[in-house]
Amino acid sequence: MHVVVIGASVAGVTLAEALRASGHSGPITLVGAEPHAPYARPPLSKQVLDGTWEPDRAALRTASELQALGVTLRTGATATSVAPLRHEVVVDGDPLGYDVLVLATGVGPARPVLPGRSVHVLRTLDDAVALRAAWRRATSVAVLGTGVLGSELASAARKTGHDVTMIGRSGRLTFGTVGALLSDRLAELHRANGVSLRLAPTDPSTVSADLVVAAIGGRPRTDWLTGSGLTIDDGVVCDATGQAAPDVFAIGDVARWTDPSTGRAVRVEHQTNAIEQALAVAATLTGGPPQAAPTPFFWSEVHGVRIQAAGVFDADVPLVADDDEPRILRQPAGVVGWGAPRAFRLARAELTAVTTPA
Amino acid sequence: MRIIADTGACVGAGQCALVAGTLFDQDDDGIVELLEEHPGAADEPAARRAASLCPARAITIED
Repeated sequence: MHVVVIGASVAGVTLAEALRASGHSGPITLVGAEPHAPYARPPLSKQVLDGTWEPDRAALRTASELQALGVTLRTGATATSVAPLRHEVVVDGDPLGYDVLVLATGVGPARPVLPGRSVHVLRTLDDAVALRAAWRRATSVAVLGTGVLGSELASAARKTGHDVTMIGRSGRLTFGTVGALLSDRLAELHRANGVSLRLAPTDPSTVSADLVVAAIGGRPRTDWLTGSGLTIDDGVVCDATGQAAPDVFAIGDVARWTDPSTGRAVRVEHQTNAIEQALAVAATLTGGPPQAAPTPFFWSEVHGVRIQAAGVFDADVPLVADDDEPRILRQPAGVVGWGAPRAFRLARAELTAVTTPA
Repeated sequence: MRIIADTGACVGAGQCALVAGTLFDQDDDGIVELLEEHPGAADEPAARRAASLCPARAITIED
């Protein structure tokens, strides 16, 4: 069984490792569009950007670990089309046959155009290196975007002593799966750490900054799949096991797996989800026991506060703090830890036991 | 099997303690505490799963 994985980030690498750990001895080809060996993205907006780490340290695996995996790694290689019926994918102009194809191409960042200004984005290692160089020459930073990455960028910029303004239009700050439920707390945290917030369209429209970085979301990288016959709708639509078509699976940010409890296809842009989905597909492919659908889990660190969220959240239901631990905030099917990692883990374990019976 | 947990690399996500609570705990800052360096055979799959799930690659397994 030749497994071809398009996308050489954490989802693809985890899948390759899990296949080997489960005894798959056939060929595995890992195709990555970027010139770099696989690296982790979470440190890009944190340790790489604030200068704590040199970029090399973001590598997911050492060269010898990759070699030991027995994977054919093709970096700087672009997949341009797939023919599921022929079991063939075109990479750098040449057909590559597969027995199983796994799509793990992630998302590409939206790039706003500001006349006369260059706007940085942060998705790849090259983006991070370019941003870091510009960052060092800047004294003030404008962050466009009010999601998790925007909050992380603002946090990193304060840590490096920059004047920071966060700019949005919705009037609120969001945090991944939790949506805007933490908006007031996040706003207070940013203000307490010296970030100016311009969140509403009515706020003064002129902000001066040496550097502009946009974190306004992105789109699943599926353009190359047009005409493949796969169902593409805000990502690759899959069943509850990650299967998109016979012998075709999708994992990570690009994948919309069907949630068996609601029947809805959900796309989650978070590293832990990518890892869980990779492990689940590896188990399916090697005939292992079916894996329980992962409970969504999301975490970040903003101005030194670790914010963690597990489960699913209803935007219309307020979060309620525990009586004995005010840093634990709950809804019926979700829990947030606000700077309380240990207490959060216990609360999360209870939630997982309730929502995903074995 | 031997488990090595790098507390300097740990980011406190708690994945390890969630999937292998007999092997890993967290301190009040969320940083990993290794409870069992040499797990029994029954706990080896959980140890490997914890290593795979660690977002900081802070857990290493030596066979």
